[in-house]
Amino acid sequence: MKTGKVVLDADGIDRSITRIAYEILERNKGVEDLVLVGIRAGGVSLAEKLREKILRIEEADVPVGILDITLYRDDLLTTNRKPQLGKTDIPFSLNNKKVVLVDDVLFTGRTIRAAMDALIDFGRPKLIQLAVLIDRGHRELPIRADFVGKNLPSSLWEEVSVNLTEANERDEVVIEDE
Amino acid sequence: MKLARKDILGIKELSVDEINLILDTAESFIEISTRDIKKVPTLRGKTVINLFYEPSTRTRTSFEIAAKRLSADAVNISASTSSVVKGETLIDTAMNLEAMNPDIIIMRHSAAGAPHILSGLIKQSIINAGDGAHEHPTQALLDMMTIREKKGKIEGLKVAIVGDIAHSRVARSNIYGLTKMGANVTVAGPATMMPRDIDKLGVRVCYHLEEAIKDVDIIMVLRIQLERQENNIFPSLREYSNYYCLNARNITLAKDDVLVMHPGPINRGVEIAPDIADGSHSIILDQVTNGVAIRMALLYLLTG
Repeated sequence: MKTGKVVLDADGIDRSITRIAYEILERNKGVEDLVLVGIRAGGVSLAEKLREKILRIEEADVPVGILDITLYRDDLLTTNRKPQLGKTDIPFSLNNKKVVLVDDVLFTGRTIRAAMDALIDFGRPKLIQLAVLIDRGHRELPIRADFVGKNLPSSLWEEVSVNLTEANERDEVVIEDE
Repeated sequence: MKLARKDILGIKELSVDEINLILDTAESFIEISTRDIKKVPTLRGKTVINLFYEPSTRTRTSFEIAAKRLSADAVNISASTSSVVKGETLIDTAMNLEAMNPDIIIMRHSAAGAPHILSGLIKQSIINAGDGAHEHPTQALLDMMTIREKKGKIEGLKVAIVGDIAHSRVARSNIYGLTKMGANVTVAGPATMMPRDIDKLGVRVCYHLEEAIKDVDIIMVLRIQLERQENNIFPSLREYSNYYCLNARNITLAKDDVLVMHPGPINRGVEIAPDIADGSHSIILDQVTNGVAIRMALLYLLTG
C-alpha cells in the first residue's frame, strides 16, 4: 500500500519560490539577460510561478521557455518504453543569455544532463544555472543545483511528487512509500 | 507510449489511436526543423536505408532529412544505380541489406505488396514509401497532420479527392485514413480512372468536379500520371484539364475557407491551375514541411 506524507504544503511552497526568486535576482544582479526555461512536465508551472514572483519583486517580465528533453535522454534506446514526446517552445535566442533551468525535483541528475545538451543546441548561453523545488539526493552524475527550495533526503524506493496547480492553494509536495 | 508494430506498411491496418499517436508525436518534431542547429541525438548509431525502385524527389529527400535530423545514418539506394540492373531479385537485395544490420528499411516499389513480402522475410522495420497503386502511408499521415493543423480537426470535414483514383496510392491511403478519422470523403474523376467498388471503402463517388467540390473543406488534387496516357484512359491532356482542372472559377463552389492540397509533383495547368497552386487556399508546401516531421515521428516510434 502507498502511504503519502505531505512534506511541503501550499504556503511552504510559496515561501520557497519567493526565496528562490530573490536568490536568482541577487545572484544575477537583476533581470538583465535573464531567461527561465522550465523542463517539461514538472518544471513548466514552477518556471511560470517564478516568472510571476520576479514580476512582482522587480516589476520586470523575464521570458519563459519550455524544454522537452525526451529526445536527449540516455535511456531511449535501452528501455522498451517510449515516453510521450512533448513540445519544446523556446521562442527567443539563448545566445549570451543567463539561463535558469527550472525543474520540480532533482534526483539522479540525468534529466539535467539531457537538458543542458538540449540548451547548447539552441545557442551559447552566457551561463546556465539550475533551480529546483526539491533536491532528493541520489545523484548519478556530477550535477548540483544553484537554487533549492527544500533538501529532502529520501530512500530510492520512495516516490516524491510535486503537485503544482494554477490557483496555488492546493499545491503540495508528497513523499510516498512504494 | 509505443507503436506496437514492427513495420508501417499501410494506413489500412492502423487504428485511430495509432494514427493520433503518430500525428501528436510529429507535431513535437516540427520545432526541430525551425532551429539553427537542426539535429537531435535521438537515433545516434542507427542506420536507415532508403531503398527506392521508383523515382522520387520529395519522399526520398524527406526521409533522408528526417533520419539525419535525428542523427541516424541514412544510406540511399536507387534501383537504376544498384545491382538490380544486374538482375538481382528484390528478395536477394533485401537479404543482403539485412546482412549489413540496418535498423530501418524504407522502401518504394512499383509492385503493390513488395514491402509486405520483405516484412515477413527480414527482421528490420520496414516503412512503405509507396507500393504500386496500393498504399503510400506516410503521404496520408502528413496530409492528415496538415489538415488537423490548419482546421483543428479531421472529424466531420468534407474532403474531395480528385483525379486518377484508380492508379493513386495517395488516394487509397487517404481514403483509409480520412474515413477512419471521421471525415466525409468524396472521390471524383473520369469513369476510366475510377476503380470499381471504390464506394465500398465508404466514399461518395462523383464523375464531375463541380459536383464533388461543392461545399467541401478540403480539395485534394492528384497528379495526372502523364506516363499512363498511352493506356488510353483519357483522350488528351487538354480534354482532362477542361473537365477536371481546379481553377479560380470552379473553386468558388467549395467553402470560402477551402484548402487545396496536392501530393506533388504538380502538372501546372493540367490538374491544377498555377494561380490555385500558388494561391491563398494552397497548403501544398505546408504538406512538404510536415512530411519531414511525420517521417521523424515514424523513425522515432519504430526504433528502440
